[in-house]
Amino acid sequence: MLTDNKRKGDILIVGLSGELDHHHSAEVRDALDRLLDDPSIRHMILNLRHLHFMDSSGIGVFMGRYKTIHKRGGQFSIANINSQLARILEMSGLYRILKVHDTVEQAIDGIRGESE
Amino acid sequence: MNIKNEMKLEFLSRSQNEAFARVAVAAFAAQLDPTLEEIADIKTAVSEAVTNAIIHGYDNPNEMVHVRTQISDYSVIIEVIDHGKGMEDVELARQPLYTSKPELERSGMGFTVMETFMDKVEVNSAPGQGTKVRMVKYISHEADETRRDG
Repeated sequence: MLTDNKRKGDILIVGLSGELDHHHSAEVRDALDRLLDDPSIRHMILNLRHLHFMDSSGIGVFMGRYKTIHKRGGQFSIANINSQLARILEMSGLYRILKVHDTVEQAIDGIRGESE
Repeated sequence: MNIKNEMKLEFLSRSQNEAFARVAVAAFAAQLDPTLEEIADIKTAVSEAVTNAIIHGYDNPNEMVHVRTQISDYSVIIEVIDHGKGMEDVELARQPLYTSKPELERSGMGFTVMETFMDKVEVNSAPGQGTKVRMVKYISHEADETRRDG
C-alpha cells in the first residue's frame, strides 16, 4: 500500500497505492505511524496518484494522522486525487482541513509558502 | 418494478472479501451502462455496508455475509444482510460521526457515505437478529439513452 517515501527537509512525502478500505486501513495506519515516529517530521504530503479507491475507512486513517501533524504545528497535504477520492473527501469535510493540491510539487510549494 | 436480472453472493465475514463484494456488484451493475461516477458510487456504498456487516454485525470471521443485487430498467437494488448482533438504535447508528468502535479509528461516516452516494437507503435491524441494508441507485445514463431513442 505504501509505495515510496522521501524527505524534503521537515516534509515527509509518502505514496499510497491500491484500494484503501477497512481491510488495508490498519496496515496503512501502522506504516504511516512508524514513519511519523521520527519527531523531525513536521509536515506530511500523501501522493495518491496510484490510490484507486477509498471508503470511509480511509477518512479515519487520514483524520488520525492529521491530528498527529496538527499537534506538531505542521500541514497535512494530499496530491493527485481522482474523482472518487475527491467526492468522498469532500463529503467527509476533510477538504476543509487538509490541503489538496494537483501535484506533490505544488504541495511542497504550499507548505514552504506558508512556513516563510 | 420490473426486475431484469438478479444475483446473490455469500462470503465469509472476512475483511479481504470487502474488495470482492464491491467489485462483483459493480461488475453486475455494469449491465445498465452506468457512468464511471455511478459505478464508483455503488462500489463505495457496497464497501461501507459490507464493512459494517463484518465489523459490527459479526465479531468473528466465520459467519456469512449475504449480498443480493437486482437490476431493473433504470436502477440497481442492493441488499447487504448479516445475521449478527443487530442494532438497538438504527437512527443513532446513522448519525454522521457516530461509531460504536472508536478504538478502531473508524470515522463514523459509513451510513453518511451510503446516503450520499445512493438514492435510497433503508436499514432494518433488530438486536440478536441481524441487519439488512437495502440501497437503490438510479442509473441516469440508460434513462437518458432511452429517452433519446424513444
